[in-house]
Amino acid sequence: MITSLLGVLFDGLAYGMLLFLISVGLSVTLGLMNFINLAHGAFAMLGGYVCVLALQRWGLPFLGALPLAFVISALAGLLLERVLYRHLYHRSHLDQVLATIGLTFMAIAAASYVFGPLQQPLQVPKFLSGQVSVLGVDVNVYRGFLLAVGALLTVALTLALERTRFGAAVRAAVDKPRAAEALGIRVGLVFETTFAVGCGLAGLGGALGVQVLGLDPAFPLKFIVYFLLVVTVGGTSGIKGPLYAALLLGVFDIAGKYYVPQIGAFVIYAMMVILLVLRPQGLIGRK
Amino acid sequence: MKPGPAHRTRSSRPPLAEIVFWLVLAAGFWLWPSYLPLASQVLIAGLFALSLDLVLGYAGIVSLGHAAYFGVGAYAAGVLSKSGWGEPLSGLLVAGLCAGATGFLTSFLVVRGKDLTRLMVTTGIGLLLFELANRLTGLTGGNDGLIGMEMSPVLGAFRFDMYGKVAYGYSLAVIFALFLVMRRLVNSPFGLSLRGIRDNPARMVALGYPVHRRLIAMYTLAAVYAGVAGALLAQTTQFVGTDVLSFNRSAELMVMLIVGGTGMLYGGLAGAAVFMVAHHYLSGINPTYWQFWLGAFLIAIVMFGRGGVLGACLRLERAWRRRMSRSAAP
Repeated sequence: MITSLLGVLFDGLAYGMLLFLISVGLSVTLGLMNFINLAHGAFAMLGGYVCVLALQRWGLPFLGALPLAFVISALAGLLLERVLYRHLYHRSHLDQVLATIGLTFMAIAAASYVFGPLQQPLQVPKFLSGQVSVLGVDVNVYRGFLLAVGALLTVALTLALERTRFGAAVRAAVDKPRAAEALGIRVGLVFETTFAVGCGLAGLGGALGVQVLGLDPAFPLKFIVYFLLVVTVGGTSGIKGPLYAALLLGVFDIAGKYYVPQIGAFVIYAMMVILLVLRPQGLIGRK
Repeated sequence: MKPGPAHRTRSSRPPLAEIVFWLVLAAGFWLWPSYLPLASQVLIAGLFALSLDLVLGYAGIVSLGHAAYFGVGAYAAGVLSKSGWGEPLSGLLVAGLCAGATGFLTSFLVVRGKDLTRLMVTTGIGLLLFELANRLTGLTGGNDGLIGMEMSPVLGAFRFDMYGKVAYGYSLAVIFALFLVMRRLVNSPFGLSLRGIRDNPARMVALGYPVHRRLIAMYTLAAVYAGVAGALLAQTTQFVGTDVLSFNRSAELMVMLIVGGTGMLYGGLAGAAVFMVAHHYLSGINPTYWQFWLGAFLIAIVMFGRGGVLGACLRLERAWRRRMSRSAAP
């Protein structure tokens, strides 16, 4: 009983970490520019496909494919920011929803044209597969790896946001874009960079998640609710909110599917509606 | 309060065009006899899009979960006929009431909050109902769908035939009736107050309008319309699958309405026609091809075109009139 509980907790945390990595970029766009980006999952999917290609076609090692997934997704984000997103920042939410849904459709169609509609198999390297026993609990090595990477990136992100000059510029641009501009911060450039980094992180999350979430062309639509949920529940101030929300969501989702499989995803959706109605500003967000 | 003249010219633009529009639809029996099943689907999608137009175009609520009410209506009609009550019109009524009740109960969750919260809550409600239909296999048949619906003849005289003639006439009659009601409603003071709420909610509160109550009323009514559309689909195809509640249906519905144009009543019908016919032909060539160009088209509409197909037609018409009057003046 206890071991299964610990196992579920561990899996849930690893899953949540993955959700956090993918969603943190979305929380930046939503929080920074109040911009609804439903195509965010497409960047995660791109990262996943880059990873699969790198491993199977180009023969890169798994650990080499991950940074590549980050870089390519970030570049795609940068490109799309210049071509499309930039023109939508000041448009109505409906326009943003429509354009990004359109983008999602295009990404899905392109993915199924290039890679076919089936799930992509991915072989993780030997040293990351299998189980080890820690304190009497069987732990999946890959999930442990996910947790470690997630924790590392969270620390790095927090430090980057709170201790660096660029981080200060980001926070200033969030709080008062016009004042930040007046002080000589190039808000447009800050937004652009943050957007690209967010897309890169989504791509990295997508690459890491091929094993856990699966990867097929429907990915961006299948998981967009989860990503949006992380952001809306977590609030948009800082890193902590989305992190807690993602971990909570991961644990609840895994526990729900493990203990009460007959109601499945019902728990998550019900939780989401209730939380949104009770606390529209997010779990620990500011008013 | 009477609608002002400026408003009247906009809303009841040449009635002749409207009469011709409905006459052409009625002539569909002879104009496109071999495409009647597709035409019924277009009509049903058009009614569904009209329902979203009430929510989005007139009340300004961005919803990505409108399939919830469509699905409730479809399942209500399906379950009713499967359990032996095959009379279609009363089935429609019951389905509309069920969907309306669902709409009323959920509207309290929806009207709170702003755009993003509303978007998420409506999506959440849609997903919840989808999961519910998936799990309640005893009632809905789950993934296999609801099979074994038996429909009685419409009005006791017209039996549903395999060429879809009765289905087409039945759908057209129901939709025409509901459309007339809606046309009257959106041009009434009630409809005007909703537009006011859409454009400036704070001001409408200050003017003393019961904003929340109006939104709830409109949302409930839209749910009834969506439910009737769902029931029509269930009755004319005599099958209900879980896809009636799917997120894709909600998203495609939004696309139809945007393609047609929001807040113009006929936008939903025009958009549904363009969307369904394009879908029919393009996805016949290649389904992924269709999805790609649909996405590209959506982006293009947002970036360049306002008001969809109908908006473009109106702009053309206005430009033409201006030219006519200019050439007539000197």
